[in-house]
Amino acid sequence: MTYAIQAEGLVKRFGETRALDGVSLAVPQGRVLGVLGPNGAGKTTTVRVLATLIRPDEGRATVGGHDVVKEGHQVRRLIGLTGQYAGVDEMLTGTENLVLIGRLLGLSRAGAKARAAELLRRFELWDSRDRAAKTFSGGMRRRLDLAASLVGHPSILYLDEPTTGLDPRSRNGLWEMVRGLADDGVTVLLTTQYLEEADQLADEIVVIDHGRVIAEGTSDQLKAQTSGQVLELRPVRGQEVDKAALVVAELLGAVPEVNQGLLSVPLADPAAMPAVVRALDDAGVLVGELSLRKASLDEVFFALTGHRAEDDQASSDSGKEEAAV
Amino acid sequence: MTAVTSAPQAALLPRKVTPLTALRNVLTLAWRGLVQIKHNPMELVDLSIQPIMFVLLFAYVFGPSISGSVAAYLPIVIPGIIAQNALFASMSTGFGLNVDVTKGVFDRFRSLPIARTAPLLGRILADVVKQAWSMLIVLVVGIAIGFRVETGVVGVLGAFLLLLAFTLMFAWITVLVGLTASDPEKVQVFGFTAIFPLTFLSNAFVLPAEGSPGWLKTFMTDINPVSQLTSALRGLLVGGPVLEHAVVALTWGGAIAAVFIPLCLRAFRRRV
Repeated sequence: MTYAIQAEGLVKRFGETRALDGVSLAVPQGRVLGVLGPNGAGKTTTVRVLATLIRPDEGRATVGGHDVVKEGHQVRRLIGLTGQYAGVDEMLTGTENLVLIGRLLGLSRAGAKARAAELLRRFELWDSRDRAAKTFSGGMRRRLDLAASLVGHPSILYLDEPTTGLDPRSRNGLWEMVRGLADDGVTVLLTTQYLEEADQLADEIVVIDHGRVIAEGTSDQLKAQTSGQVLELRPVRGQEVDKAALVVAELLGAVPEVNQGLLSVPLADPAAMPAVVRALDDAGVLVGELSLRKASLDEVFFALTGHRAEDDQASSDSGKEEAAV
Repeated sequence: MTAVTSAPQAALLPRKVTPLTALRNVLTLAWRGLVQIKHNPMELVDLSIQPIMFVLLFAYVFGPSISGSVAAYLPIVIPGIIAQNALFASMSTGFGLNVDVTKGVFDRFRSLPIARTAPLLGRILADVVKQAWSMLIVLVVGIAIGFRVETGVVGVLGAFLLLLAFTLMFAWITVLVGLTASDPEKVQVFGFTAIFPLTFLSNAFVLPAEGSPGWLKTFMTDINPVSQLTSALRGLLVGGPVLEHAVVALTWGGAIAAVFIPLCLRAFRRRV
């Protein structure tokens, strides 16, 4: 199998903190790898190492077969980078930002303009092409940033939290664009703290927390690997929720989560389901809704890390620190 | 397990950075530093208004009491304002660098297959153009109100080159501030709290009087690099000794560069 990106045992220390504590990952050519983790987990640091922006203290990584430390220039010929904080010059217009990159990559003036026009049309920025980027909305800025990373036709693209802070409509638009790139055969490494995003876009997912890879696989594999399935049930009479929870907890040994009258509990063995139904019947609880479903990535993440992915979102400061170091 | 060696598109990008491509990179990034003036004419006003204001305020408010008349004060104050302006203009190097680093623009450049030093050199080149502009403004406004260049074109050119050489070395202080400050405003605060007193505790605007304390007088005339720079500029524009002052000013510049370039490189490695 050909790997576009391979990293083995990456360690990066910032003072006392081990931002990366032995990260290994591999992305086959033309696939989308989702790197999932909360703020401060080491996602941005991983991308920065793979984009030759920082050197790892230990471990090694190759991108397109080139060592990121020893052959940085060769790596930079292959990659495109879209950062968490859109790296566009706010004083320049959309066109100028893209022409600038094109010129830096050695295109002629006319060639750079043509490439800029092509990308501005593709990313629906054509009408705003002559406005300074500082007047752009968040979604437009991200699209311009993505366009800027594509000027040189990269075969490997890093997207560092491409949709953080975007409204759902802009986010869906960006997802479509990433899917289009993947269809064109571009290898994508995408970091995200949104489980849904990894689920939607990534062929494979690695989950990192505290600078370590704690799980990897396809979305389905991850779901199966951890709590397996989830039993959900809703008592018809609202006042019986507590009673039902008690019965379920006693039988399965796990306390169900209650959310607006809906009980959900991880179920390792699907065969236990009839027993739950019988026990509730014996207790006189009338069940209105009953279903067995695969655990969501959210629950998988919780099972793997012991905390919710969303826990860390409120403190977006820690993410900024990570980006700034 | 074979690795991907090269995608077809990447074959178009240069395998190596030749000196010629490096130069092109620097020029492209300098263009980027200047083209924004087109959309933001206020920046040109910013670059011009302070020199104009300082020339007029100093000449008409302080001139008569310091030198007896505006005309007699101009040969003293015009070179001084040129020196002060140059130091302030060098702040824009640090300021712009800080904006690039905090906004992620620097990361974008560093992820491209271009000369590693181009982002820094391109910015400095753009700032050199801005320096020339602000020196020109001071001269033009000065000449309009009666300043006379006594030495001719060679003197003006020499003054510009000296100014450039000094500020290119001095700018490393602002580069360090630009790389270490957490936001652009802090860079500006530094500019005002460090450069303002430095230029005023010099002979740029007044020749120290007999009544000043001795230590202050020594600092103002002999030690402060701004004074040495100003004295050399006076020599180059209106006549007088040049070499002795220029040598001291450039030695100061060299010392600043020798200390701050390694610090900048260290900060650069830590930051990225």
